[in-house]
Amino acid sequence: MVAVESVNQILKQALAEISVCEDLSMLDGLRVRYLGKKGEITSLSRSLGSMEHEQRKAFGQAVNRAKGEVAQAVTARRQDLESVELNIRLAAESIDVTLPGRGQQRGGLHPVTYTLQRMTEIFSRLGYDVATGPEVEDDYYNFESLNFPPHHPARAMHDTFYFGDGRLLRTHTSPVQIREMKKRGAPIRIVSPGKVFRSDSDQTHTPMFHQLEGLLVGETVSMADLKGVLQVFVNAFFEKDLPMRFRPSYFPFTEPSAEVDITWDRGDGKAPGWLEILGCGMVHPNVLKACDIDSEKYVGYAFGMGAERMAMLRYGVSDLRQLFENDVRFLRQFH
Amino acid sequence: MLFSVNWLKKWVDLELATDELATRLTASGLEVDTIEPVATSFSDVVVAEITHCENHPNADKLSICTINSGAGEPVSIVCGAPNARPGIRIPLARVGAVIGDDFKIRKAKLRGIESSGMACSARELGLSDDHAGLMELPADAPLGLDLRQYLELDDHTIEIELTPNRADCLSIKGIAQDVSASCDVVFTPPDASPVPAGIDDTIDVSLGHPEDCPRYVGRIIRGIDPTAATPLWMVEALRRSGIRSISASVDATNYVLIELGQPMHAFDLDHLVGDISVRRGRCGEKLDLLDGKQVDLDDSLLAICDENGPVALAGIMGGLDSGVTDSTRNILLESAYFKPETISGKARDLGLHTDASHRFERGVDPRGQVRAIERITELLLEIAGGQAGPLIHAVSERHIPVQNQVSLRHARLNRVLGMDFEETVVSRIFENLRMQPVFSDGTWTVTAPSDRFDISIEEDLIEEVARIFGYDNIPPALPAGDLNPGWVSESRLSLQNIQQALCAAGYQEAINYSFTSTASLELFSMNKHVLPLANALSTDLQVMRTALLPGLMETLSRNLRRQQDRLRFFETGMVFEQKETLTEYWHVGAVACGSSAPEQWGIQSRSTDFFDLKGDLEAMLALRGDSGEISFRHTQLPWLHPGQAATASVNGQDIGWAGSIHPLVLKQLEIRGPVMAFELNIDLLSNREIPYAKSISRFPSMRRDLAFIVPENVTFAEIRANVIDLSGDLLTNLILFDLYAGQNVEKGYKSLAIGLILQNVSCTLTDEVVDLLVRKVIQGLEQRLDAQLRG
Repeated sequence: MVAVESVNQILKQALAEISVCEDLSMLDGLRVRYLGKKGEITSLSRSLGSMEHEQRKAFGQAVNRAKGEVAQAVTARRQDLESVELNIRLAAESIDVTLPGRGQQRGGLHPVTYTLQRMTEIFSRLGYDVATGPEVEDDYYNFESLNFPPHHPARAMHDTFYFGDGRLLRTHTSPVQIREMKKRGAPIRIVSPGKVFRSDSDQTHTPMFHQLEGLLVGETVSMADLKGVLQVFVNAFFEKDLPMRFRPSYFPFTEPSAEVDITWDRGDGKAPGWLEILGCGMVHPNVLKACDIDSEKYVGYAFGMGAERMAMLRYGVSDLRQLFENDVRFLRQFH
Repeated sequence: MLFSVNWLKKWVDLELATDELATRLTASGLEVDTIEPVATSFSDVVVAEITHCENHPNADKLSICTINSGAGEPVSIVCGAPNARPGIRIPLARVGAVIGDDFKIRKAKLRGIESSGMACSARELGLSDDHAGLMELPADAPLGLDLRQYLELDDHTIEIELTPNRADCLSIKGIAQDVSASCDVVFTPPDASPVPAGIDDTIDVSLGHPEDCPRYVGRIIRGIDPTAATPLWMVEALRRSGIRSISASVDATNYVLIELGQPMHAFDLDHLVGDISVRRGRCGEKLDLLDGKQVDLDDSLLAICDENGPVALAGIMGGLDSGVTDSTRNILLESAYFKPETISGKARDLGLHTDASHRFERGVDPRGQVRAIERITELLLEIAGGQAGPLIHAVSERHIPVQNQVSLRHARLNRVLGMDFEETVVSRIFENLRMQPVFSDGTWTVTAPSDRFDISIEEDLIEEVARIFGYDNIPPALPAGDLNPGWVSESRLSLQNIQQALCAAGYQEAINYSFTSTASLELFSMNKHVLPLANALSTDLQVMRTALLPGLMETLSRNLRRQQDRLRFFETGMVFEQKETLTEYWHVGAVACGSSAPEQWGIQSRSTDFFDLKGDLEAMLALRGDSGEISFRHTQLPWLHPGQAATASVNGQDIGWAGSIHPLVLKQLEIRGPVMAFELNIDLLSNREIPYAKSISRFPSMRRDLAFIVPENVTFAEIRANVIDLSGDLLTNLILFDLYAGQNVEKGYKSLAIGLILQNVSCTLTDEVVDLLVRKVIQGLEQRLDAQLRG
C-alpha cells in the first residue's frame, strides 16, 4: 500500500500549497503541476498498468480522489483570489460622487415667452387655433375695420407709432382677428399671441410688449360663455380659484365691453384687492360686417390681455422694464 | 372726473355709504380710481372771531389774540400768523381738539404766555396747501358752529376714470343720472328757472357753419363787480373737483362746467367789436390764445369772430385780447354746442388739451346750452351783481343731432347675454336711463337721451341692460365646441421646437425691441432696406430692425459689462426689409462667447469657437430629421471674420449665416471676443418631412479607416461628397475622426482620417467586395482631390 500512501502524500502537499497560494497565475501553475498532462498526480495514473488488480483498484481510487480534491481546491482558491482582486479593483476605482457633473449649462425661455406659451396652451386645450399676423399694419386693419372712427378719442388711448405713409406698428393684435375672419369666415375660434407697440415709455410702459387675444364667433355664443371661458382660463393659468369681477368698459370693437379684475394679494400686508388683467367684450357688429360675417346669424366674443402683466403676476416681477433688460442673472431664474 | 359725494347728493336721492356707491359706480362702468376724505380728520374745531390782538412781549413774530367762539368765555391764544387781526373769523381748535391722527390741542405756555387753543390755517385742516396765514372765514360764519358742519366736511371726493364713450358723465348732472339708474334711486335735479332780463342789450350771432355749430347761446351782463369774492361754498365745491378758485367769473364758469358739463366762455364785452359770427378760420388769420400761444388759423378750425376777426378758438380756448381781466365789468357769455367731429383731434394737433376740448370732442348735450347759461347768469348776478340782458339764441334746429330711436329684441338680448331677462326688469332699466321705452311684439323701442352719444344700435342697448343689471349678475357658462382639432401639423417645425432646442443647448432667450438705432444697424452694415419710424421715441429706437444680431450683440455687451463672461443668447422674432414692398421675416439668431463649457473641473477650458456654435446649430437643425441636405459653405459678410464665415443652406436654398463676429465690430462694441453668432430665416428651415420607416439591415456592418493627406484648401465637404459618390449604396455612414496638420505632414497639406461604415441590406459583406470598394475610393480621391493615402 506504499503506492496509496505516496498518493496521499502528494495530495497533502498539493492541498497545502494551494491553500497558501496568493496569486492567480501561481495557482494556475500549481494546477498544471499536479493536474496537467505531465502533472504529478496525472503521472501516477500511468503506473497503474504495472499493478496487481487489487492494488490497482485501491491506487486508482486514491488517484481519482486526489485529482478531484485538488481540482476542487484550485477552484475554491481561485474564487477566493478573484474576489479579493475584484475588491481591490473596486476600492481603487472609488470616486467622489459629490463632484459636479461634467457638461453644459441649460439655457431657458424668456418669462414672457413662457407665459405666452402657457396661455396659448390653455386655449389650445379649449379648441382655439393659434393665428399670427404682421407687425407693420395700416390704419384699416389696426383701427378702421375695428370700428375706430377717424379722429375718435379712443385712438388717442393707443399712442401709435407711424411710418408716415399710412402704415403703422400694430397697437394690439386685433388686426389678426380681422385678417383671420376675412380668410376663414365664421364660425371661428382663434387666439393670436404677439408683439404690439405703443409710443409710451416709463416705469409701467414699454414701447413694445406682448398680447394674447382670443376670438370666438359662432351661432350660439353669449356673454355668459365669455365669462365662463375667462374664469376657467384664469383658474388654469394661476392654478387656483381666483374670484373675478367684470366691469363695463369701452372698446370700439366690442359692445358690450368689459374689463376683468381678479383678486390679488399685492404682498403689501393689505387685504387682497382688485387688479385689472384683461379687456373683453362681444364683437361689435361693425367688426363682423367689415369681415363679411352676418352679424344676425353669428355672435362673437373677443378678449385680450398683456403677457407681461401675467408674467409679472405669476413670477412676482415688480418692475416691467426688467423684462426687457435681458440681464442673464434675471433671466436664469425662469425655465 | 373728480367730484364730491355731497355735490352728487344734491342731484340724486342717495343714501348709500360712500364705499357702496363706489362699488356701484365701478360695476356700472364708471370706474372708481380713488376715494378720499375732503379734509383731514379733526374734531372740536369751531368758527370763532378774533376780538383783540396784541404783540407778544417776548417774541417779535407772535401775537396774543383774544378769541370769541360764541358761547362761553373768550379764550386767549398765542398765534404766529401774519394775518391775525381783530374782526376776522377763523377756525379755532379748542383745548381738547384732535387734528389728524394724534395731534391733540392742550393748554400750553408759549414764551411765558398761556395759550388755550390753536387758530388754524387751511393746510393744517387739510383744506388746501395754503399755509401763509390763518384760514379766513366769511364774516357771516356762525360763531361757535363746528367747522365740519359749517363747511360740510364729512364728505368724500371720488375720482372716476371715464371711457371716451361716456362724455355724459363729465358732469355732476350726468353722474347723478347714471347713478339714479344703477342704484335705482330718484334723480332730483335742482330747480332751474330763467333769469329775467334787467337790460335790453343783445348782440347778433350768426351761425356761418351750422353743421359745426348748430346752437350758440349768449347773454350780455353789464356792471359786474370785478373785485367780488367767490363765496366759500363755491370755492369748496370747486376745490373738491380739483379746481383752484381764480375769480368770480372764472369760478362760476368752472362751477357750471362741473355741474352741467357745459363748457362756457366769458368775453370782455368792451373788447368785442360788432356782431359775433361762428365760422371757419381763414388762412392768414392769427389768434393769440389765453395761454399766450399764437395759433395760425385755416379752414379746418372753427372760430368765434367779431367784426375784426377771430376772438376764440371754438370749443378749445378763448382769445387773449377779448378775455376777462380783473377790471372787466361787462361781459358776453357763450354757451354753445360744437359737433364732436369738428373739434376732434384739433386741440391735439395744436398741442392743446382743455376741459372744453375734452368735452366737446367726446360730445356735449346739444340741448343743455340754455339751462347752463341760465345757471351761470343766476350765479354771477348773485356773486358779482350786474344786470343781465335777454337770452341770445342762435340755432339751426335741423343741424341739432337727432335723438336716436333704437330697438332691442327681447330674444336677441337673451341670446347675446346668455340668460333670460324679464320684460319688466329691462323696461325699468330703460326708464331709469331716461330712454322712454315702449315694449311691443317682443321688442323695446327707446329714445336715446340727448347727452348719450353712445346709443345708436341694438348692441348699445344690450350693453346698457347688462351694465345696469350688473355684469357680475350674468351667470357664467362655457361655450359648446365642435371638438374638431383640425389638422395637427408635424411637417412644420414649431417655434417652440426651435426655442426648446436652443434652451437645451445652453442658450438663454432674450427679447429685444423690434426697433433700434440707425447707428447700430450701420455698425453691422445692416442698414440697407431700412424702415424708419416717423414718430420714434428716441434715436435709439428709430428704425425697424433688419436682423436680430444687433440687438443680441447689445444684450451680450450689456451682460459682459455686468461681469458675466460666458454668455449664450438667442432670440426669435420678426425682422423687416423695406424694398419696393415691405417683407417681414421670422428669424432665429444666437450669439455665444466665453469658454466653450461652463468652468468646471472635468473639462479643459478653452474659448468658444466656430464649431461649438455650429454644433449647437446642427443640433437645432437636427429637428428637421432626414428632411434634405443641410450644408455650409465659406462666405464673406461685412460683420463676420472673413475666414470664419459660412452660409447655411437647406437643399441648396440659403437659410442664413453663421460665423465669428468681425474683430473690428467687436472693437467698436468694446467686446474682447471672440463672439460666435448665427441667424437664420425660420420659415425656410421649418418644413420637414414626416419620417417614413426603412427596414434595418440584419447583416453585420464593416468599418474601414483611411487617412488621407490632401492640400490644405480641399474642404471636408468636397472629400465627403466624393467619398459618398465613389462608395455608392454600401456606405451607411462616414465619420471624420481625426484632422491633423503640422509635424510629419508637409506644409500646405493636412491629414484627415475617416471611417467608412459599410453595410449591405441583403447579404453579409465579404472582404473582397469591401477591399474593392476601398481601392476605388482611394484611387478616386487621388485623382480628383490630389489626395494621398497616408502609410
